[in-house]
Amino acid sequence: MKVTLTVNGLPHELEVPDHALLVDVIRENLRLTGTHVGCDTSQCGACTVQMNGRAVKSCTVLAAQADGSEVVTIEGIGSPESLHPMQEAFRDCHALQCGFCTPGMIMSAIDLVQNSDTLDNRAVREGLEGNICRCTGYHNIVRAVLQAAENMQTAGNEEGR
Amino acid sequence: MSEAAVTGIGAPVRRREDLRFITGQGRYTDDLTQPGQVYAVFLRSPYARARIAAIDPGEALAVEGVLAVLTGNDMVADGLGDLPCGWMVKQKDGSDMASAPHPPLAASLANYAGEPYGVVVAETLQAAKQAAELVITDFDELDPVVDLSMAVGSDQIHEGVPGNRAYDWEIGERESTEAALAAAVHVTRIDLTNNRLIPNAMEPRAAVGVYEAPTDEFTLYTTSQNPHLERLVLSAFVQVAPEHKLRVVAPDVGGGFGSKIFVYPEETAVIWAAKKVGRPVKWVAERSESFLTDAHGRDHITHAELGIDADGCFTALKVQTTANLGAYLSLFGSSVPTYLYGTLMAGQYRTPNIYVEVQGVYTNTTPVDAYRGAGRPEATYVVERIVETAARELGIDPAELRRRNLIAPDAFPYETPVALVYDTGDYEASLNKALELADYAGFAERKSTAAAAGKRRGIGFACYIEACGLAPSKLAIQLGAGVGLYESGEVRVNPTGSVTVFTGSHSHGQGHETTFAQVVSDRLGIAYDDVEVVHGDTGRVEFGLGTYGSRSLAVGGSALMCATDKIIAKGKLIAAHMLQADAETVEFEDGQFLVRDSNQSLSFGEVAFAAYVPADYPEDLEPGLSEKAFYDPENFTYPAGAHIAEVEIDAATGVVELVNFTAVDDFGHIVNPLIVDGQVHGGVAQGAGQALLEHGIYDDFGQLQTGSYMDYCMPRADDVPDFVVDTTVTPCTHNPLGVKGCGEAGAIGSPAAIMNAVTDAIGDNNISMPATAEKVWRALRAQQEKG
Repeated sequence: MKVTLTVNGLPHELEVPDHALLVDVIRENLRLTGTHVGCDTSQCGACTVQMNGRAVKSCTVLAAQADGSEVVTIEGIGSPESLHPMQEAFRDCHALQCGFCTPGMIMSAIDLVQNSDTLDNRAVREGLEGNICRCTGYHNIVRAVLQAAENMQTAGNEEGR
Repeated sequence: MSEAAVTGIGAPVRRREDLRFITGQGRYTDDLTQPGQVYAVFLRSPYARARIAAIDPGEALAVEGVLAVLTGNDMVADGLGDLPCGWMVKQKDGSDMASAPHPPLAASLANYAGEPYGVVVAETLQAAKQAAELVITDFDELDPVVDLSMAVGSDQIHEGVPGNRAYDWEIGERESTEAALAAAVHVTRIDLTNNRLIPNAMEPRAAVGVYEAPTDEFTLYTTSQNPHLERLVLSAFVQVAPEHKLRVVAPDVGGGFGSKIFVYPEETAVIWAAKKVGRPVKWVAERSESFLTDAHGRDHITHAELGIDADGCFTALKVQTTANLGAYLSLFGSSVPTYLYGTLMAGQYRTPNIYVEVQGVYTNTTPVDAYRGAGRPEATYVVERIVETAARELGIDPAELRRRNLIAPDAFPYETPVALVYDTGDYEASLNKALELADYAGFAERKSTAAAAGKRRGIGFACYIEACGLAPSKLAIQLGAGVGLYESGEVRVNPTGSVTVFTGSHSHGQGHETTFAQVVSDRLGIAYDDVEVVHGDTGRVEFGLGTYGSRSLAVGGSALMCATDKIIAKGKLIAAHMLQADAETVEFEDGQFLVRDSNQSLSFGEVAFAAYVPADYPEDLEPGLSEKAFYDPENFTYPAGAHIAEVEIDAATGVVELVNFTAVDDFGHIVNPLIVDGQVHGGVAQGAGQALLEHGIYDDFGQLQTGSYMDYCMPRADDVPDFVVDTTVTPCTHNPLGVKGCGEAGAIGSPAAIMNAVTDAIGDNNISMPATAEKVWRALRAQQEKG
């Protein structure tokens, strides 16, 4: 079947099998390998991307369901020269070790910050319940998300001014 | 601030590897694509124990795109060897352990559910999966041996292993220990199980095998913690390719925790299949395959007795353990419940008499091997649970009972009754600092506040010790290791003065690219950014034994220090010639070769340039500035510390909440405190997982009941609190950096501390890990019914 979608701002028209998952399209067709597959039961969140502005687990979305949508992956939120505040905070707080869960964790965290009025330690922990990290014990991830939330808020206020 | 203060030893440098990971540019094995790549899907036994009577690949071969269906018999026909166990354990009677062959692909017998017996290779993953479903295999199902407590004496799994017992091993003195127990004023007895864990690195295992016919060369890209060891095993034992024709690359690896030390059937099969089909062959585990086939951890049953005299001093400890080794002896599986376990039973205490006996048994379950801590969390669990229990029985404050028995700071080097010599430590310092940070004095008030809210609050301690920095090679080989456990390092100074460092250690989350660059740049007095660290590729790094047992900095870092010393020594000869001075008068300081008397100096860069453009150069010296070193440690290192856990239990539901966790660890000198804290955080969360959530469970038929994240409860962000971590420092006395290793401490101390807190809260000592809400609720309910 034919699927049309925009990924990180670039339009794509792709021929994919009916059963193809969004994550297959991202990793195999588009070779954007920052989005990872860590499980087969939609539990670990390593494959999290944004679809039409909300975080989704791309292993749980059929490519067909993503037809016509705007998808943003970890590669689309910032670059080494110009990091997203969440990427910056993850680095600053040592919120990653092996790095495998990190792209999904960052994509979920951005969604969490963007869709929360206020965030505290507990709210971040509950908000990231769908993403598993085996390395960090979450301590520094929580610190990073709170730090990024502050910076994203400041950036947002400055933009609004 | 000086460069060294910002980027040198001791500085909290932000990791250089992060930039690629946070932007999605990491290169994990599954991210690599080879031209012409095809896909492997494994045929796996659905039964825990079965005879493989016949395999009919007929319809599978007809699926479009299928290239081959290969079986264990094909592997035997091609002359491939078995997967070895790398540690020969000697039994009580001096005989070798009983070891059964471990074929990479089962040929006639399958011994655990999920064991591979064949592989389908096809142009697409989909075709390979579809074809695998069409292979018809006749199995004759046999009764599996699953229950660890009944394994000895059940049906014999392997020929040559009567009673399913791989070994009956001991360490320490039985007679003196039993005599001291008989004479003790008080004896505390405890029965413990150490629950089976499934490692669950977030990146599933993966492998790509490539064969180049024109040069007869093989390359294996795989998720390994030790690519050189992998190459050694695949060439020397499995004989899939000669060592000089096989390159093993472990690119970015998404966590290991031990599970990626071992050489597995799948990577063996893809490299073999690549030559057979003439195409690069890729395999990536699905998470369900990881659950079934990554080597599991722990799984002990233990009875222990602690003798105590009238002053509250420990007089004897006797430990009897049955350890589950699974269906085959994995690469280091035999050493984990013996030399990495029994030797740690002195803990931080002066206990004069210790005896440990361990039966290692086979069962029809996934092989069990090293998982973060490997033997030492199990030992700490025994020592620290029985010490806490003794304190309760004697009515002595648990911190005070420990204090009375700690090895004193002036008693080092301290030889334990179980074969180790601790080089240094100050255990009371860690304990005191932890008590303060955890506000032990304020616990009673917190407890009563909790009680008012219907919660039971408990506190628990663990004063752990570990033996890290594996290992003095001679000693290890004497004790049965099949390889030396030194590490190699190379410091290659480039003509422009920048430095490329090659290490046999491997980073899969630890941050070697940062830490090792800190060490080398600090030592050479050059810019941190001028040092590049290369690891994980047998084609680039000469040799190595890899990363496990918290050994990278203590052993691998020491090798780099030795290589750096050689660089400085040669640089002095070059500088002496250029400055027309005696070599003995040349000093090296902050990146300058200087002669104080004449007030002359040359920079490191100038000397490096001269080494490669040897115009003004000593006649009897080779050009170039590149040095290698193999560092063999003199002793283990002994990180130790005090962990304190506080839990609150909802009396109505039995739900346990870990509310506070304090860890004070002595890792010796610290190179990067940011990374060290992170290692402790991660280890503590894994230990909390063991204590409260995780359990690998098989049913009576040997089917894994916890084979997905729906059933195996991983710690998530809301299962753990912020951790309080701090350190004390007694530098290691026998390595050049004075470092001890920090990778496993969190997972070693925390299960005992948390379970001591849980049992304190509910006043019932007979609860096993994981302390799930159901178990706790039942325990509380039983108390109520008793009234």
